Amino acid sequence: MKKVLMGNHAISIGATLSRVQVIAAYPITPQTQVVEKLSEIVANGELDAEFIKVESEHSAMAASIGAAAAGARAFTATSAQGLLLMHEVLHWASRARLPIVMANINRALAPGWTIWTDQNDSLSQRDTGWIQLYASDNQEVLDSLIIAYKVAEQLSLPVMVILDAFVLSHTYEPVEVPEQSEVDKFLPPFNPEWKLDVNNPHAFGGLTAPNIYMEFQYNHHNAMLKAKELINKEGEAFGKIFGRTYGNIDKYKTDDADYILLTSGTLARTSNIVVDSYREKGIKLGNLRVRTFRPFPTEEIYDALKKAKKVFVVDRNLSYGHSGIFFEETKASLYNSDLDIPIFGFVTGLGGRDVTPELITEIVEHGIKSEKPENDVIWMGVQK
Amino acid sequence: MFKPGKKINFNSAKDLPPTPASVGDMTHNFTGSWRNLRPIIDYEKCIDCMICWKFCPEPAIFIEKERPKIDYYFCKGCGICVTECPVKCIAFEEEGK
Repeated sequence: MKKVLMGNHAISIGATLSRVQVIAAYPITPQTQVVEKLSEIVANGELDAEFIKVESEHSAMAASIGAAAAGARAFTATSAQGLLLMHEVLHWASRARLPIVMANINRALAPGWTIWTDQNDSLSQRDTGWIQLYASDNQEVLDSLIIAYKVAEQLSLPVMVILDAFVLSHTYEPVEVPEQSEVDKFLPPFNPEWKLDVNNPHAFGGLTAPNIYMEFQYNHHNAMLKAKELINKEGEAFGKIFGRTYGNIDKYKTDDADYILLTSGTLARTSNIVVDSYREKGIKLGNLRVRTFRPFPTEEIYDALKKAKKVFVVDRNLSYGHSGIFFEETKASLYNSDLDIPIFGFVTGLGGRDVTPELITEIVEHGIKSEKPENDVIWMGVQK
Repeated sequence: MFKPGKKINFNSAKDLPPTPASVGDMTHNFTGSWRNLRPIIDYEKCIDCMICWKFCPEPAIFIEKERPKIDYYFCKGCGICVTECPVKCIAFEEEGK
């Protein structure tokens, strides 16, 4: 059934359709409606789940870890400072190999105090061992939640589904809400082989000596690499049932493109508009949206870019003293390949500043005109 | 008094469960070897109140024929029993003396 939903309610409904069993969450702008809606759904008896009110985000993740370790399908959601407070337990969740799914609404970090979007909160969690999926519309937000559990539970890895504050979280869009019976066919109940069970006791996460610690990391890394395949496979399987297919990357007119924008989140949708206007002028521009940031889809990005003359990475984030983070990752992952084309790194839209088609057009113009990038960070829209 | 538990050794990445988990129990782990001071019960003075048994965090004190007994395989020598004993009948002696 088609409904008009804000991004936050698309998350709540996605979690409900995934039949989550434990929800532990702490409200934070711009995530609050996710939790409000879920508490309503549970209170109305529409979902058979434990709703745990916790005193902080650290506790929200800790409770999710306990629930998942006991074999329950656990869900939480947060944003910005809340995600940062979770940092310690994010490592715990992934290293304990617990398939928790969390929605994170991308909100810029303070100070200056802010509630608007950029990606520095989630990208600061790059090395926590979580799968990270960046959505670009509310339909994808809902669908990604369901696919996330399917991937997470097969690989024993946690997944973060990420969306832009306000641009998606508070924006209403038409969303096709799948039938519960169809979702049940796609996503079977969670039944892990290893769980806390009084009849078969184990202690989890105990002392792991140097003789075996590294092997756990080796297995974790390999599971992440396997996720590249599985995200595509389950994204296609989802498409066969629901008619909407998802993968690690999303190519828009890149196959014959001379110039390719590399984007993520909602920036990609704005960029597609710009691609169309360039195509009308006969200039072959394309847009490669990176949906999976961890694991990083190096091979697919290489394939999408290999025929291009120039690449323009648009980052709504920044690693101070270095560059935009998608730019850094793209450049580094292609360094040992035979691809030798200029890759430009544009930083823009920090703290929720609007990234308009005009601004993306400026980026493209700058890139086409310049032979090579003058710096690792090309600021766009900054009032110098 | 002591029954050894099952110990499973992991030798390669292929043997591992997804999460670092104990398999079986920890009775193979003789934590008594960590001990510097050994608590010794003077059974002449002991009133069998079992307060030491209740307070032992390991637990390395068990009850045998209605009297408390210290399991030196697992007692780490923390001294809680020495402090808590109401009749001060548990002495702390240096190991190796």
